[in-house]
Amino acid sequence: MRASRAEMMGTYIVLGAFAIIAIYPVLSILFLALHTKNDLVTGFAFPTHPDLSSFKAAWSEGHFATGFKSSFIVAATVTVVSAVLSTLMGYAFGTMRFVGDRIVFPIVLLGIIFPYEATVIPLYYDFANVPILHWHLLNTYWALILPQIGQSVAFGAFWMRAFFRSVPRSLIEAARIDGATSFGVLWRVLVPQAMPAVLTMSLLVFVYTWNEFLLALVLVSGSESHQTAPLGLSFFAGAARAGDPTKVAAAAMLVALPILVVYLFLQRHFVRGMFGGAIKE
Amino acid sequence: MSSRQRRRRLRRAKAPGDPGDIGWLYVLPGLLFYGLFTLAPLLHTVYYSLFDWDGLTPKRWVGLANYSEAIRDHVLLRAFIHSAVLIAFYALIPVIIGLLLTAALTRTRIRGFRFFRTTLFLPQLIAGVVIAQAWVWVYDASGPLNRGLELFGLGSLVRPWLGDFSWALPSIGVIGTWVTFGLCMVLFVAGVQKIPLELYDAARVDGAGAFREFFAVTLPGLRNEILVAFVLTTINALRSFDVIYNTTAGGPGNTTIVPSMYMYQNAFLFNRVGYAAAIATILALVIFVLAAIVLRAGDRSEDR
Repeated sequence: MRASRAEMMGTYIVLGAFAIIAIYPVLSILFLALHTKNDLVTGFAFPTHPDLSSFKAAWSEGHFATGFKSSFIVAATVTVVSAVLSTLMGYAFGTMRFVGDRIVFPIVLLGIIFPYEATVIPLYYDFANVPILHWHLLNTYWALILPQIGQSVAFGAFWMRAFFRSVPRSLIEAARIDGATSFGVLWRVLVPQAMPAVLTMSLLVFVYTWNEFLLALVLVSGSESHQTAPLGLSFFAGAARAGDPTKVAAAAMLVALPILVVYLFLQRHFVRGMFGGAIKE
Repeated sequence: MSSRQRRRRLRRAKAPGDPGDIGWLYVLPGLLFYGLFTLAPLLHTVYYSLFDWDGLTPKRWVGLANYSEAIRDHVLLRAFIHSAVLIAFYALIPVIIGLLLTAALTRTRIRGFRFFRTTLFLPQLIAGVVIAQAWVWVYDASGPLNRGLELFGLGSLVRPWLGDFSWALPSIGVIGTWVTFGLCMVLFVAGVQKIPLELYDAARVDGAGAFREFFAVTLPGLRNEILVAFVLTTINALRSFDVIYNTTAGGPGNTTIVPSMYMYQNAFLFNRVGYAAAIATILALVIFVLAAIVLRAGDRSEDR
């Protein structure tokens, strides 16, 4: 089927129009952020004299040095730990038969469907005073790290199981017959091949953890030094919007920036992640 | 050995060298986190829902009283109706937009598709709190939307969109459409490229017009993609807490309240922990049932 020039033009115009819609709201706060309060910005104002002072002010007044530190500690820990645990789980679910595997796997899958909103109330009361151990985890990084590992391994186990099932059986069986231990098969034969799948999974978990809001709101809002970047943004927006919207816009851009940078460099892996797992040819 | 036993044994047979129950050792560490911090709290929520509790004084057992209150609670009913409206905006409209565009686009290779894909996909990855700030500005009294309306001589339509009793919910809905339409578009456009060209040629030989071609070839060919789009976008709709908390917080006057927001208010602002737990349980059940329906629908059409 050959498309005429006119048809091709139409295609690009439609795609282009929707691409503009997709980035416009983000661009509009970027433009707003590049102004200062004195510019009295309205509407579409394009920053003819871009000024970074709103960014500087937002960074210090919104305590984003602390917010970024908390978010990096939490997101990095959750990503690394759940990547390791999910790989182990996916390996067992994907390549071994063991007693109860057909009962346990569907239970793990429930974790992808069920809303974590339904776990946040007991997490709050149990972390305030952990039963039996009497630890106080509320307003610590642990309060965010532990539950998010729990949620991420549900998705991760599902994701890695799909990968390990796609590996040719003969490869695994040959290694087993050569006398490799089960861990040897995983570590020396499968993990080198699994790296792209692990990378995609880790990116998705990192983004999800970085963006998380409800858990942070409920579990660490009592400690300023443990607030994550999105929580800090929410508080800062509430306090500063009436006074100076350019600072709130700058703060929002700052919180989005790490994800935008990672996405631009590794977008191939993201898109594969969203589509590859869900759709089989 | 009866044939039934043999068949059973065959089905459970292990591949040569399968380490078998060692599998548990690999599953256990992850399962521990999942069990302690996801599954246990979920069950704990159900347990709390059977008590009257303010979070401080001792709990009082009330059986199913929280649930019978929930059934009669007009605010909760409104919250679920709002969720249904949001599903239309987050799931239905984006899927329809995606399909219409897919039908409109020609099936030749689109050069630079990667650029469009990257851009259209972007809203999916931005934090809800950030999206909220962007749209609060777009909808602002002196923001781009109202200025744009004035520019086109539609000044009479200018309003504080998120503060308007009848326009706040649709305005939240539009944010949802914006978040998910690119995902649907990219999914469908990529999916169409995988449909064999012969099917289109055959349809054309049979004299099918563009309309028939779409319903006979494109739509069935995109079955998986449409299913995935519905699951992802519906979950997005039911988890709209971040955006709503940071734009309208359920207001004005509960016109944008959703179940997760109402649960949050009851648990942490009104000190009605037991009732909030009941709301959370109902929400979890609704999501589970919806997911089961969509997945069953997918299974059935696969059998055809």
